[in-house]
Amino acid sequence: MSSDVRFTDFKSDKQPTWCPGCGDFGTMNGMMKALAETGNDPDNTFVVAGIGCSGKIGTYMHSYALHGVHGRALPVGIGVKMANPNLEVMVAGGDGDGYSIGAGHFIHAVRRNVDMSYVVMDNRIYGLTKGQASPTSREDFETGTTPDGPKQPPVNPKALALSAGATFIAQSFSSDAQRHAEIIQQAIEHDGFGFVNVYSPCVTFNDVDTYDYFRDAIVDLDETDHDPNNRDQAKDKILESDKEYMGVLYQNEDSVPFEQREGIDSSMAEIPDGAPEGAMDLVREFY
Amino acid sequence: MPEDLNWAIGGEAGDGIDSTGKIFAQALSRAGRHVFTSKDFASRIRGGYTAYKVRTSVDRVESVVDRLDILIALTERTIHENEDELHEDSVIIYDGERSTMQDVEVPHGATALEVPLKRLAEDAGGAIMLNVVALGAACEVTSFPIENLDESLQKRFGDKGEAIVENNKQAARMGQEYVQEEYDQSFDYSMETTDADYVLLNGDEAIGMGAIAAGCRFYSGYPITPATDVMEYMTGRVDQYGGKVVQAEDELSAINMALGAARAGARAMTATSGPGIDLMTETFGLVATSETPLVICDVMRSGPSTGMPTKQEQGDLNMTLYGGHGEIPRFVVAPTTVSECFWKTVEAFNLAEKYQTPVFLVSDLAMAVTEQTFSPETFDMDEVEIDRGKVVDEDEIDAWLDEQGRFQAHFPAADGVSPRAFPGTADGAHMTTGLEHDELGRRTEDTDVRIEQVDKRQRKVETAREQENFDYREFGDPDADTLVLSWGSNEGAMREGLELLDEEGYDVRFVSVPYIFPRPDLTDEVAAAEKVIVVECNATGQFADIVEHDVLERVERINKYNGVRFKADELATEVKQTIDSDSGTQEVEAE
Ligand SMILES: Cc1ncc(C[n+]2csc(CCOP(=O)(O)OP(=O)(O)O)c2C)c(N)n1
Ligand code: SF4
Repeated sequence: MSSDVRFTDFKSDKQPTWCPGCGDFGTMNGMMKALAETGNDPDNTFVVAGIGCSGKIGTYMHSYALHGVHGRALPVGIGVKMANPNLEVMVAGGDGDGYSIGAGHFIHAVRRNVDMSYVVMDNRIYGLTKGQASPTSREDFETGTTPDGPKQPPVNPKALALSAGATFIAQSFSSDAQRHAEIIQQAIEHDGFGFVNVYSPCVTFNDVDTYDYFRDAIVDLDETDHDPNNRDQAKDKILESDKEYMGVLYQNEDSVPFEQREGIDSSMAEIPDGAPEGAMDLVREFY
Repeated sequence: MPEDLNWAIGGEAGDGIDSTGKIFAQALSRAGRHVFTSKDFASRIRGGYTAYKVRTSVDRVESVVDRLDILIALTERTIHENEDELHEDSVIIYDGERSTMQDVEVPHGATALEVPLKRLAEDAGGAIMLNVVALGAACEVTSFPIENLDESLQKRFGDKGEAIVENNKQAARMGQEYVQEEYDQSFDYSMETTDADYVLLNGDEAIGMGAIAAGCRFYSGYPITPATDVMEYMTGRVDQYGGKVVQAEDELSAINMALGAARAGARAMTATSGPGIDLMTETFGLVATSETPLVICDVMRSGPSTGMPTKQEQGDLNMTLYGGHGEIPRFVVAPTTVSECFWKTVEAFNLAEKYQTPVFLVSDLAMAVTEQTFSPETFDMDEVEIDRGKVVDEDEIDAWLDEQGRFQAHFPAADGVSPRAFPGTADGAHMTTGLEHDELGRRTEDTDVRIEQVDKRQRKVETAREQENFDYREFGDPDADTLVLSWGSNEGAMREGLELLDEEGYDVRFVSVPYIFPRPDLTDEVAAAEKVIVVECNATGQFADIVEHDVLERVERINKYNGVRFKADELATEVKQTIDSDSGTQEVEAE
């Protein structure tokens, strides 16, 4: 790790094809800043991206990266980190990617508490497939596939995470550049699974959950007396479904990452040229 | 043909059938006898018929036959289930004092030994040992020195304390003495012992052992019969070599975790069976386009859907060959014996890394649950070679950077294989994606780049065809008019079938094919034969279809899909009938 890494070192030379004004620009800038700020560089960083407009993030960043199949980014990230705990692993995707097709992996990644960060760009819509309801869309949000609204309450990913035993739950807003980068940084620094739900507005298909809406609605937890180490307080805040918070909702300071509990402390990439020393013992066990 | 003895213990699931069978198999193996085991089991934990069968001989045994010499029947149903295999010299050991075994009818004039298993076990210290009493009785019938049992009882019960071991030894002796005293007849069976020291293991264990030997460090999987034993074997063991087994939440996760670990530089594997392979399919293409080395093991069972989870079938060949949308360069390797499960696993890891592709390691239930004896040198670890392919480190990376200093992880090399930089390598940072991409891993829809990358990935297969030896194994008479072809676990039954055929004057050449893709060119072999018969455990003849496709000629087929593996004598009869018939497709009737 070199100390002179700047956040632009994490930028690739590919120009984003996001719509002008898309929230994902801000989300990405904050991720890059936070990575640089935490002393990482592109050669020790692995970014795994989901599928969606949000998932394109891996392409616009410069690091070791994999852009996988829809909904499966988290398991890839877990595999990377377990095979080489020296890497900084960050997983990013959309609300559809993470809470719909990948919802099962989300719960289990939370439970597993591998030391990595997970950034969900929540625009409450499916952007890349041109505007269908997502799991976080409002109950009455009209789209081409839900002309009268989804008629189901939106999922509350923070509540899912809390109930699954999350050790770090935060929420941020992509247009508040300073706070957003700080929050991502806290997620990276957390010893365990750092989950951040980012309000990252879609300016093309969502005319309800707009920048204006979030700007008015959002409350910065730093300006309240919220204690993120208090699980009950966190639960109350998370269950207030009509409130939009920014900041760390919950953090367990005693969190011990999964790979540490499993005793994995070095890269699995190094292997001998032949069978490992003493491998005949494996055969002798069958006597 | 080996001077063999066929032994079985059967009862209800939950009766300890498996562990009793294994104790006996281990005792035989320790006594220098070869063993080949098979299991009949149902998909339930308690109740339902289950049996553990052991074929043993001083010579090697490679298959099962349609004959049972000694049967320990813990339930009456066990006798009915095996009726067809019993004969006039068979000996059946059962507990005549059990109320449910009062009216047992012994078929085919076999000898019935009524041994009060439960009562004797209670005398020895507990009814639970009744199976061991039966083992002792079986030792007497076969003149097998009972001391050999002691060591396997020690191995099985050692953890539970010396008292338990001693009680079990005592139980065995009570069974032995009871037969000695109550039946003063001598039996036709005897089991010689030898000085040989064998190891006894099954196909799943051989795959797990091969994986560890080959440097696999990361295994992720989701439990499914009959692949779970691979996972169980590796759990705990791979840790000793710096690795980890992770039980994922489902197969989608399992294959993606393994993919992540492989990208981080670990040799990684996942194993599953049919339904799990279905779930993994979307990721096959990602493995191929991201050029990630990954071993994906499918231990086939009877399908489709959840089919018959505990029964044999070779129905997934097309799935592993063609599964996934688009066109996916890949290798499909199918071991043909338990020991080959070890060696082909080692090879699978080398192929995966040399060519940076998915490698499907296709095994089947018959191999997975078959324990076989081997001399330990069969798995000589000094023979294990590891080839990691084109991995570049800090010092070599310059050669692969473009003018702007960017690492070309998907460089369209002449042999189709690009350099590989493990994450953490300075200057190696790069993107990789399931989207079509350029040499830097950046998404593209440029028509020329698309063609370049597709061609590049396909070239790996051509390169492998040139560099590797995708050969077959050959048995029987090389000049025979009849050629039998098979893949997977049928090899053993067919090899023994050859000897039976030979005794009846039928000359047969047998080719067993362990590589499904790329595979050996069989055109000359087929052309040289008058009759070509493809043997496989599925209904439609998936391998026969690809042989026909390759050689542009019709072949005959023997297909078995009732859930039971081929038995040597049965297969020999089928082959004989096919040879004798003028033409047409022969099929084994589902029993
Ligand atoms: C298996 C599969 N199903 C469907 C798709 C099509 N698809 C691509 S992106 C997407 C939704 C993405 O929504 P979200 O995660 O909210 O991301 P956004 O585009 O809004 O950033 C879908 C359904 C796919 N790529 N793969
Ligand atoms: S469609 Fe929406 S989410 Fe996608 S790039 Fe445009 S603004 Fe962003």
